[in-house]
Amino acid sequence: MKYNSVTDIIGPVMVGPSSSHTAGAVRIGQVARSIYGGQAEEADLTFYGSFAHTFKGHGTDVAVVAGLLGLSTFDICIPEAFALAKAAGLKVTIKASDELTDHPNTAKIVMRGPAGEVTVTGISIGGGSVQITEVNDFQIRVSDDKPTTLIIHQDKAGVIASVTEVFGRHNVNIAHMEVARKERGELALMSIETDEKVDEEILSTLRKLPYMYKVIHIKR
Amino acid sequence: MQFNNVTELVNLCETHNFPIWEVMVRQEIHLTERSREEIIEDIEHKVDVMEASIARGDTGVTSYSGLSGGDARKMFDYKQSGKGLSGDFVLEAISAALAVNEVNAAMGVICATPTAGSAGVVPALLSACSKKMDLTLEQKVQFVLTAGAMGLCIGNQAPLAGASGGCQAEVGSASGMAAAAMTYIAGGSPQQSADALAMALKNILGLVCDPVAGLVEIPCIKRNAMGVVNAIAAAEMALAGIESKIPADEVIQTMGHIGQLMPAALRETALGGLASTATGKRYAEELANKREETLSD
Repeated sequence: MKYNSVTDIIGPVMVGPSSSHTAGAVRIGQVARSIYGGQAEEADLTFYGSFAHTFKGHGTDVAVVAGLLGLSTFDICIPEAFALAKAAGLKVTIKASDELTDHPNTAKIVMRGPAGEVTVTGISIGGGSVQITEVNDFQIRVSDDKPTTLIIHQDKAGVIASVTEVFGRHNVNIAHMEVARKERGELALMSIETDEKVDEEILSTLRKLPYMYKVIHIKR
Repeated sequence: MQFNNVTELVNLCETHNFPIWEVMVRQEIHLTERSREEIIEDIEHKVDVMEASIARGDTGVTSYSGLSGGDARKMFDYKQSGKGLSGDFVLEAISAALAVNEVNAAMGVICATPTAGSAGVVPALLSACSKKMDLTLEQKVQFVLTAGAMGLCIGNQAPLAGASGGCQAEVGSASGMAAAAMTYIAGGSPQQSADALAMALKNILGLVCDPVAGLVEIPCIKRNAMGVVNAIAAAEMALAGIESKIPADEVIQTMGHIGQLMPAALRETALGGLASTATGKRYAEELANKREETLSD
């Protein structure tokens, strides 16, 4: 079955006009904020495909900025996100690109600020659901419907086992996991989707493991 | 208690002597592990959102692109003037459908039912029934759950997105859901709700998705008004005892097959239909120019 719950049919409650071009765009912004670990000082947005052609009419640009500010998909302040960004000290630039991408609804966000520079690319796959396809040049595929933990670490033997052991010990089942690295022994990224929620205790245990650089939890 | 299509849903209702909404609640408890109270509370909140979006649209809003707006207000005033021919029930339905979709286009808050582009149909018929029959909150929740159960049956056998199935998948589905809900609330049996769904969806089979400039405005907003009036016709026919000669599940599957046969130009790409008319292209060009100006600011 494609749909299980009546909430898939009656809902989501969202700002219009489009679940993929507006609600999904807010969600991409929210996840980017979550990956950044809070608010950036600068954000450069690039839209591709259908996003590039219709972002103005769908408010995709203000929607992403609203997400970067931490607003929910049904916050009535979304249309005022540009003014809110200015007040919050977030400088935004927006660009439409003709470059071809795998998915028609693609947005790239480069964030700069206290946590350095982080690049997140997301796609809006319909009905307000999104996927993150790239974080800092790491190709990943993180969906939005399960609790997800992103771990940036050094590429070393045994690191993956030490991480999965922590999840197992806390009775958290891993539903999907991907590992990407740039070069052997260099930076690597794990994305771990779990069936259960990941609490602060698990995250702080993970942060204390050897070879960890950054442990990020993406809030739903 | 679990159903995958309309036949199974109606069978469960008849076997246990439950209304459709009760079967929906029981499946929901079973599949999502939420309590009855949580499920009802969630739908009550969505009824609030639906009613608030109608009220906001009635005051007159303009879309984010500037392409649409103000028509719900006109319809509201026309209804109030008493000059209308079709009676308050139908006029309320039309005016409320325009209101929700204008609010959607204006980046206001709506409840997608089943999608944002077709979000006006179910709330509009709920509003018309509510005014006519003075429905309690409990009855409104039952109305929405009935529509939701039918929406699940449609979505699990055919697409709900215009990009996959054209407008028949969005407004067509919404119209079928609303017809079934009105039939229930007016005292019809589960089988009569199924017939209402079948008749409403049959009438919209083949309708393409051709939004001007790719935006959920022209012709989407007015098609929601069509969807709700079509739902009323189907529900009234079902309540009169008229049966659909083709069963609901076969109509739903046919909608899916027609969607597959539909060329991509007529599935939300804004490359065909009304989007490719001279006027449609001019609107799109004007918007593109506006975008350039904003970017160079």
